[in-house]
Amino acid sequence: MAEKARVDGRSHIRRRAGPRLWLSAGWLGVLLLAAVLAPWIAPQDPLAQDLFLGRLPPIWVQGAEPGFYLGTDSLGRDVLSRILYGARLALIVALVAGFVTCVIGAAFGLLAGFLRGWVDVVISRAIDIWMAFPPVLFSILLIAVMGPGLMSIIIAIVVIDWTRFARVVRAEATAQGAMDYVASAQVAGRGRLSTMVTEILPNVLPTIIVLLTLEMGIAVIVEAILSFVNLSISTDDPTWGGMIAEGRTSIHQAWWVLIFPLITLFLTVLSFSQLGEGLKDRFDPVLR
Amino acid sequence: MSFLTIKGLSARLKGSTFPILRDVSLQVAAGDVHGLVGESGAGKSMIGKAVLGILPGSVEITAGAIELDGVDLLALPPIERRRRIGATAALIPQDPLTALNPSRRIGPQITNRLVDILGWPRPKAEARARELLAEVHIPDPDRVMRAYPHELSGGMRQRILIASAFAAEPRLIVADEPTTALDVTVQKQILKLIAEMQARHGTALLFVTHDLGVVSKVCQSLSVLYGGKVIEATGVRDFFRAPAHAYSRALLAATPKYTDPLASLTPVPEAVIAAVQAEIAAYDAGHGRGAVQAVLRGARHG
Repeated sequence: MAEKARVDGRSHIRRRAGPRLWLSAGWLGVLLLAAVLAPWIAPQDPLAQDLFLGRLPPIWVQGAEPGFYLGTDSLGRDVLSRILYGARLALIVALVAGFVTCVIGAAFGLLAGFLRGWVDVVISRAIDIWMAFPPVLFSILLIAVMGPGLMSIIIAIVVIDWTRFARVVRAEATAQGAMDYVASAQVAGRGRLSTMVTEILPNVLPTIIVLLTLEMGIAVIVEAILSFVNLSISTDDPTWGGMIAEGRTSIHQAWWVLIFPLITLFLTVLSFSQLGEGLKDRFDPVLR
Repeated sequence: MSFLTIKGLSARLKGSTFPILRDVSLQVAAGDVHGLVGESGAGKSMIGKAVLGILPGSVEITAGAIELDGVDLLALPPIERRRRIGATAALIPQDPLTALNPSRRIGPQITNRLVDILGWPRPKAEARARELLAEVHIPDPDRVMRAYPHELSGGMRQRILIASAFAAEPRLIVADEPTTALDVTVQKQILKLIAEMQARHGTALLFVTHDLGVVSKVCQSLSVLYGGKVIEATGVRDFFRAPAHAYSRALLAATPKYTDPLASLTPVPEAVIAAVQAEIAAYDAGHGRGAVQAVLRGARHG
């Protein structure tokens, strides 16, 4: 036959993980370790107040005290230790809220996009209505009703953000559903739901993973916003948002109280989004 | 005794009176190749899809019967119908680029059919899949089994789809313009391959195409469609010797001649189109349909 066994050049493209994946995964790995090991590696008790040690600058600035590497806030609490403990809450929220949002949103999106018909109408209209609510106000309202606490934050994020998944996954599932391979699966006697899971889902998965990591970043931000307006978990527990809120008031006297949690937050959110893109580049079998 | 019998099949877009298929009847004998010919929009693919139970959700069947091996599919409950179609029929799709699941390797995509439809154990299915790939002249089947679709060329993918369609030994295959998306040199090989596989397996074939040249090579009989209506149904020999309908004659005259590539193409004359449309309008009026104007507009754009 004229055609050779062309499992051709296309299969020989090796995709490197690239610095994007390594850097973002590296930062998140460090953060995860920090969160898990916080009780052992934190130099100070994150809650210990000492007004005599208030507003100490970072270790490399004149007037610093040994043992307070990133300085202290106006109540004398160690900034580094609070960031480390804050990572625990941030990561729990990111992982749990991210996953739950993802599963719920993607499930609705798949159903709407693949089954079409009245299922699609109901879900799509629900998404439209849902998205008309201003998200921050909506979450503040939710938490005001449920009372502050870890559970409330997670529920608020899920309730607000499932539409983000549902909408994108619906569009992808619709596009995939029109492909001939889906028709072939149906001709071969596959049921609708089984086709959805075995044929559509694997092809939508790369998108879902990118969305999931984005969502984790967003969850961290939402948690920070809620801490900022004092609606996160109890005010005693250190959170990055809470630290930023406190640091804001003393920015002219002690910039480090604001800057270090802010940088941590920024790097974390950035890493989550880059992790998703990096994973997709690396593992999506379809070159897009 | 025909294997596939379509009787008076009519379909329309949901929520409109616009007919997509008008009283279509045709028969395909076991082991025969029947061509469905027509312009784009004539409804030829819709017939294939109706037979396989994969009509788009926006189309509904309003009348008629589709008998596969003597059983009316439309009278069966959905699950039973799907099982029956899966066991007796298969599809060779139009576009090989979208007809394989891009995120799964080739091997499982073929073996799953054997496991699903015939209930074979996986190792047996895999051995058979390898045989099938060799049968469609794919060199190095082992390697192809492990490849992802995007690693293969369009012609290779169409071969794989042909192997996969014949895998579970269906008795009817709907080939929906199987060569349209391929370039001309590959088209010829694929046609030859389909004809070869069809002859070896004795499968009945419903061959949807707009290319009369293809019909003359692979089909025994054909139906010419216009506006969702069968204009002429006859044997291939008779058709090419003496097409009965004016539209068929015009369609035949419009086929490009490879022996004279410089000759300008002959379009189907306006007068012939007007005559067919009048015929369809008369048919619609006779069936109490008030959609004549819509029909004429639709047909002209289609």
